[in-house]
Amino acid sequence: MTAYILRRLIATIPVMIVVALFVFFLLHLTPGDPAAVIAGDDASPAEIEGIRRKLGLDRPVWEQFGVYIWNLLHGDLGTSIFSNLPVMTLVKQRLEPSLVLAVATLVVAVAFAIPMGVVAAWKADTTIDRVVMGFSVLGFAVPVFLVGYLLIYVFAIQLRWLPVQGYRPLSEGIVGTLRSIALPAFALGMAYMALIARITRASMLEVLSEDYIRTAHAKGVATRSVLLRHALKNAAVPIVTVIGIGLALLISGVVITETVFNIPGLGRLTVDAILKRDYPIIQGLIILFAGAKVLVNLLIDISYTFFDPRIRQ
Amino acid sequence: MLRTAFRVWLAASAVAFAAAPVVAQQPKVLKVTMHADVRTLDPFWTTQTIAGIHGLMVFDTLFSSDADLKPQPQMVDTWTVSDDRKVYSFTLRDGLTFHDGSKVTTKDVVASMKRWWQRDGAGKQLFNYTESLVAKDDKTFVWTLKEPYGLLIDTLAKTGTSIPFVMREQEAMVDPFQQIKDVVGSGPFVFKRDEWVPGSKTVYEKFKAYVPRKEPASGHAGGKVVKVDRVEFIWLSDPQTAQAALVAGEIDYLENPQPDFLPILESTPGIKLDTHPAMGTMGILQLNHLHPPFNNVKARQAMLYLINNADYLNTIAADKKLQTLCFSFFGCGVEMETDAGSEIYKGPKDIKKAEALFKEAGYNGEPITILHATDHQYINPANLVMIQQLRKAGFLKLDVQAMDWGTVVSRRTKKEPPAQGGWNIFITGTSVLTSSSPITHTSVGMACDKAWFGWPCDAKFEELRKAWAFAPDIEARKKIAVELSKRAYDQVPYISFAQWRNPVAYRSDKISGVLSVPSVPPMWNIEKK
Repeated sequence: MTAYILRRLIATIPVMIVVALFVFFLLHLTPGDPAAVIAGDDASPAEIEGIRRKLGLDRPVWEQFGVYIWNLLHGDLGTSIFSNLPVMTLVKQRLEPSLVLAVATLVVAVAFAIPMGVVAAWKADTTIDRVVMGFSVLGFAVPVFLVGYLLIYVFAIQLRWLPVQGYRPLSEGIVGTLRSIALPAFALGMAYMALIARITRASMLEVLSEDYIRTAHAKGVATRSVLLRHALKNAAVPIVTVIGIGLALLISGVVITETVFNIPGLGRLTVDAILKRDYPIIQGLIILFAGAKVLVNLLIDISYTFFDPRIRQ
Repeated sequence: MLRTAFRVWLAASAVAFAAAPVVAQQPKVLKVTMHADVRTLDPFWTTQTIAGIHGLMVFDTLFSSDADLKPQPQMVDTWTVSDDRKVYSFTLRDGLTFHDGSKVTTKDVVASMKRWWQRDGAGKQLFNYTESLVAKDDKTFVWTLKEPYGLLIDTLAKTGTSIPFVMREQEAMVDPFQQIKDVVGSGPFVFKRDEWVPGSKTVYEKFKAYVPRKEPASGHAGGKVVKVDRVEFIWLSDPQTAQAALVAGEIDYLENPQPDFLPILESTPGIKLDTHPAMGTMGILQLNHLHPPFNNVKARQAMLYLINNADYLNTIAADKKLQTLCFSFFGCGVEMETDAGSEIYKGPKDIKKAEALFKEAGYNGEPITILHATDHQYINPANLVMIQQLRKAGFLKLDVQAMDWGTVVSRRTKKEPPAQGGWNIFITGTSVLTSSSPITHTSVGMACDKAWFGWPCDAKFEELRKAWAFAPDIEARKKIAVELSKRAYDQVPYISFAQWRNPVAYRSDKISGVLSVPSVPPMWNIEKK
């Protein structure tokens, strides 16, 4: 097991090197100039050139790449061109809202989707099944931002139960955090609910037709126990895989949700940096996101061994 | 056990959710959303307007513009001008203190002006006519000009972008192409660095030791009396969410609501929209004077027969109350307003005449490269209108290149021919305030290599601009503005396609005392009910 984890960890190194190379050259080959953004609309070409020189953007790309890699190897993600703050400081400021939103979304999605999928499979081809599958189609089809605006309109503007926007940090109390994260988590969770519910249903249907389930029923085991102890556990591997894929998809979903609900997280930091061509932030964040993705995949792979002991061998 | 704990947690959460107040508002905290996020703390380092708004909170100015855009003293107490209009002597008023407790002296003023004029267009102009700027003693400084340049006071009172703020000498000595590290001003608010989250929130607290002028507040001038304890700039990048936050009372003030949402805001009880006569944006259809066909004046003049000003207004600002059909290069509703020379542009559109002029210019159906920013609130629809108008002409071959605004900003600096990464046309905008002076209106300048993107070149126009700057009074400037306008319509540096106002929206049931200004809204004088 340890050797397996070590092998997987070592395999991440070339992945991260390729990501670093790709990110740097893609950004520098993409049109756009932070100096022009800094200078503003009324600046003259000479002023823009002056700023470019000061930022070192007039140096050859290979030289800039060398500096970037050297700093990266020393754990320095760089300094934001605009705010003049270290990228790591900005990431630390934004990490909590994004993590809380991601965890809340997953909790909401899993808590609703798995029971929905299990019930849909149990009551296959009934009205309940069709309602659940109808909801799944809707969850996929309706964009996150639209769900967000609808939730804001109903729960924040009409009913005034929850805030329109903003994030209350955990340090100010869990209730404030939950209130601020409730609508975004539901908006973002809709698509994942749909995805996980469908996979749970499909996987459960396959397992429910197995002989050992029929045997369990024949032995008089309670339906609840058959569904949760026998069927769900054996249907778990594809569900866990989808949750893992969902975590990766969450990164892109978070960008939109954070913008709509004004959550000061990593998603918004990424979009703002791209629009302003704040290269150090974009590079730093993509490296971090890639690292997170690799780690999640690793954790998912390890989790398989708990659900299916055969994988350990 | 776990199940019981979960049930208890669920019940407790439900009770807490129901019992918690909807909006936890702190007393005397003004929550505002500006048009952009404060991302840069040095107002000289970038010309972005948001940096000016931040600067206005923290730093003070020697002069300020009042509600009528007339310059008024702010940090300056008294001043004298020599008979030859070349020597200005200024005395600072009493009680000026930086946020660290140190006194403001003329050393700080002199160093600040020297840093500012290296980064601002109007400042550079002023520097060109400056013989010397020296501190006579701690309270008096003398500004000596080489020639009787008439815009010294106006330039010091300028608002919009690159406002000449006064910093501490130690910050003012920093290379203007590098950002300052400490934000210590002598303005009415103290910047809270520990609470700054770029891209999310910027916080200011009332500077208790600030001594405001005795005069009532007017525009940016007069007494800067702070009536709240704290101001929070909350950055809401999504216009729909910003509008909803104002409606729900989560913010008190929204600087730049999207035009689509104005009817909703107007009909919401407790929300007021406010505009200033000189507030607004002017559209600019920028032509590249370096490459065919627009390196030939005939082709530029031909565009006046094709572009219909009113079409843009209806697309960008559908509300008639916000529209001004303006044919003045220097904006409408301001002192320099003039439509002299605009007869062709104002007249009926004439494709045949346009085609004839393009032919005279040697146009043979070469592709015209248009940089189309598709992600910008008003630039995208303006581009769509222009493309339609040009396609309707039938004889122009267009090469429309869709991109984000960030790419346009970079690409427009390229002087190469369009086929090698250059361009022929891009659309942008400028504030009416900036364009109201031929000196600050950089897009209208025709100083060849030193001109704005598009690089128009006309010595006669530049001579007139200089004469405007040296004119002794407003009447003389107005006369020269007429000549400038005629020359601009003859040379067509760019085509101005619309003027529309962008009102601010605020909760009049929660705040009062909002000052009416055309740009860079001040946060003093506002009282939270």
